Amino acid sequence: MSTINDTRPAEALRDGDLGAEQERADVKPLGGIAGWLDDRTGGAKPTSHFLKKVFPDHWSFMLGEIAMYSMIICLLTGVFLTFWYVPSMTQVVYDGSYVPLQGITVSDAYRSTLNISFDIRGGLLIRQIHHWGALIFVVSVFVHMTRVFFTGAFRKPREINWVLGTLLSMLACIEGFAGYSLPDDLLSGTGIRAMNGFVQSIPVVGSYVSYFIFGGAFPGEAIIPRLYSVHVLLLPAVLVGVFTAHILFVVIHKHTQFPGPGRTNNNVVGYPLMPVYMAKAGGFFFIVFGIIALVSAVVSINPIWGYGPYDPSPITAGSQPDWYMGFADGALRLLPGFLEFQTFGFTWSMNIFPGSILLLPLMWGIIGVYPFVESWVTGDKREHHLLDRPRNAPTRAGIGVAGITAYTVLLFASGNDLMAIKLQLSINDLTQLFRLLFFVGPVIAFWLTKRICLSLQRADRQKVLHGRETGTIWRYPDGRFEEIHAPLSPFERWALVQHESPEPLRISAEADENGVASPLARVERVRAKLSHFYFSDRVAPPTPSELEAAHHHGDEVDESHLLTGQHEAIDTSETSDSSSTPRETIKADRKRLT
Amino acid sequence: MSDIDTTRPESGSELAHHQEQSLDRFENPGLPPHIHRAADDDPAAGKRAEKQVATLFGLSMLATLVFMVAYFAIPDESTFYLPGVGLSKTQNVVLGLSMGFALFFIGIGAVHWAKTLMSDEEIVEERHPQRSDDRSRAAAVATVLDGGANAQLGRRPLILYSLTGALGLFALPFVLQIAGSLGPVNAPEELKENIWDLKNNDGKPIRLMRDPEMTPIKLSDVTNGSVFHVMPETLQKNIDENHGVLEAKAKAAVILIRLEPDLIKVQKQKDWGVDGVVAYSKICTHVGCAVGLYEQTTHHLLCPCHQSTFDLPDDCNVIFGPAKRPLPQLKITVDDAGYLVAPQGFMEPVGPSFWERSR
Repeated sequence: MSTINDTRPAEALRDGDLGAEQERADVKPLGGIAGWLDDRTGGAKPTSHFLKKVFPDHWSFMLGEIAMYSMIICLLTGVFLTFWYVPSMTQVVYDGSYVPLQGITVSDAYRSTLNISFDIRGGLLIRQIHHWGALIFVVSVFVHMTRVFFTGAFRKPREINWVLGTLLSMLACIEGFAGYSLPDDLLSGTGIRAMNGFVQSIPVVGSYVSYFIFGGAFPGEAIIPRLYSVHVLLLPAVLVGVFTAHILFVVIHKHTQFPGPGRTNNNVVGYPLMPVYMAKAGGFFFIVFGIIALVSAVVSINPIWGYGPYDPSPITAGSQPDWYMGFADGALRLLPGFLEFQTFGFTWSMNIFPGSILLLPLMWGIIGVYPFVESWVTGDKREHHLLDRPRNAPTRAGIGVAGITAYTVLLFASGNDLMAIKLQLSINDLTQLFRLLFFVGPVIAFWLTKRICLSLQRADRQKVLHGRETGTIWRYPDGRFEEIHAPLSPFERWALVQHESPEPLRISAEADENGVASPLARVERVRAKLSHFYFSDRVAPPTPSELEAAHHHGDEVDESHLLTGQHEAIDTSETSDSSSTPRETIKADRKRLT
Repeated sequence: MSDIDTTRPESGSELAHHQEQSLDRFENPGLPPHIHRAADDDPAAGKRAEKQVATLFGLSMLATLVFMVAYFAIPDESTFYLPGVGLSKTQNVVLGLSMGFALFFIGIGAVHWAKTLMSDEEIVEERHPQRSDDRSRAAAVATVLDGGANAQLGRRPLILYSLTGALGLFALPFVLQIAGSLGPVNAPEELKENIWDLKNNDGKPIRLMRDPEMTPIKLSDVTNGSVFHVMPETLQKNIDENHGVLEAKAKAAVILIRLEPDLIKVQKQKDWGVDGVVAYSKICTHVGCAVGLYEQTTHHLLCPCHQSTFDLPDDCNVIFGPAKRPLPQLKITVDDAGYLVAPQGFMEPVGPSFWERSR
């Protein structure tokens, strides 16, 4: 394992801090309202502890913040909208100020949404902020998830928080679906119509569940009020609750950090909450809110007055759900009709059920269990607070990109009609292509990503062993050109050499000493296979002795250049057997490549 | 990284970690030397940063002021042409931009303040293993066991079992109330009903009406290639009573098209139509969207939701997409007054599949 500096500059720093604080406490007693509060709550100690909390700095840590802030923005603007929105499907005649719809029979929900858009001053702005905020919320949740995934931030002790986050991302999508259905316009009504079809496709109980949800025949008058209470009460309560736990875990675990000089698995290096992150994170809330408001000011979103009220008979071409439901819609477009069949007169709608009802728990289930699968395969039960650079976990990165590819294929499939029109292609060909890509795409993506990661690791190795390219070209008297490489400083080098590169687990004992096959052997064989899948292709981080060898080797290379004109060898292991560590895995890997 | 480990990679398992326990590794060089910023050393740079931050906060106040004025000054109906966006509502744009900038400048100001003037000296906080130490864990176990013993749980299993039973069952009334009260339960039967059924018209044939005008259609009105969106005349009753209109429409929507009679491939399809005029359910057999797109050249009906494609001359069989079943045909004839009527209802449930559909 690694050897981390035991001389931590932190100790010295903190000693000074403590002294300074005690001095300050003598100088300024706690009084006023804060003193009154502390008398009654004893909050001074935890507050000062919390304010001193250190957060590491990295741009990718803002992604979760964007999610948090856009959720808060949705909560704030949502309250505003509830003051005027009427969750009722009672049919009324529209008499508001939007001329083209005057005199048309619409639902009260649709009328009140039109009123918010046209007759409440600033109402359209708040509606658009709410909708844009929701879109950005779901995007940022997903991007935040990919950051956590690719850097391995889900590893022990954060598995529970990964599961909570998975739950949050699913709830966010469902919350969004419930929300955009509320205006009861033609587009969202068509979405509810499709949802009814999904529910009816559930084997055995589908018809009943549909009648339960809709309070009778579709569309009925119950679905909008029910979606409303789900959207403004049930799901927000669950979201805020799970989100609070999510944040609490970040405080308990302390934030992960990227590897770097001075950063170890046992510390957090960064800036304190008070004042730096108060200003940065607090300011960032205003930036996110400001940008969403600016977008909402100029870019119209969900112009329901253009769609008209819901009616089961008319329809608009190009009916798409909001983007985060697109993947499920795409799956439905790709599933071929022949999957529906009957047994004993009962209908199995396997052309609908897997892509709609089953897909959501399936996708989020796979995401949720991933940390447990990985830790089982790797046998790694240690705590991890240092993030992986994605390239240093090539198989994980490959799996992640494969998953994203499958998701993206489904997402694009939900726009197959628009693509066919805009690109002048046959929709049938496009659909067939997406069907093929759904299976082939992830495999290619996995392979490509893994290869890219391994190549990047090799590039890192080369950089460590031979220095960084300076851009300075020297011309030798014999006419030869060579770029000068500058050695890395220990600070620059550390991020490139600090990682572990585990080798595959091997089965050590198939049978016990009496020759009886271990009952665990079969499971363990699977595990060994998976471990092989994860780690057989590996590039080990360079070691000091390799660096030493490379320097030495570099001198020799100068000679060989003269003779053969070859460039420096990429991998020292092939030429210098004197190197102290065995490098057979790298060689095996290279052999397979050629 | 070693010292935080509480448990090593399972040494007792069947698998052994073939990890190079090599000591040949680079050492963490520790925090790099801190590099001062301009404002740390140069009072002029500090003063400049202070002014920049104050200016940003000032701009925010200005934007708020613009919002307050615009809220009252801009009339509701005012619109203008915004380059790159199109015709926009003046009020929305001005209120949104001023609100956006008021917020944005606060944020930028605060971040600029943090980046230029607040200390950028990195602080190191130690981590501790998440796991409680062994003594605390043992103490927790002891507390729980003592409590259990105190409550005599082990000695009086009857209490344990009955409590488990009561707690397990008490949720049922709530579940029952919700599930039992949510909706009517004759779902499979109701899903098969349709107001095209003659029982809704005292057994008389039902006229085809234009949707949404609700006027009857003469055979001669249906010219070659024309498409009619049709509702049954029985829908008028729902409209008059203002009851169940959308529910009825969701199953009754029909599309009426005239084809060249020679194109029609299926005898039943010909027999159920009049001179090439055929009527089909407009509700997709996939998930129930309206099959609203008719391609006149190919005679295909296309559902815009998931692109199921129905071949009209071939009895609306599915030729592409996720739907399985053809659109159900509605038999039509002409009544004495020359209007199109349906002498019988749909012979099968329309719309998306459900479990009991064919029973």
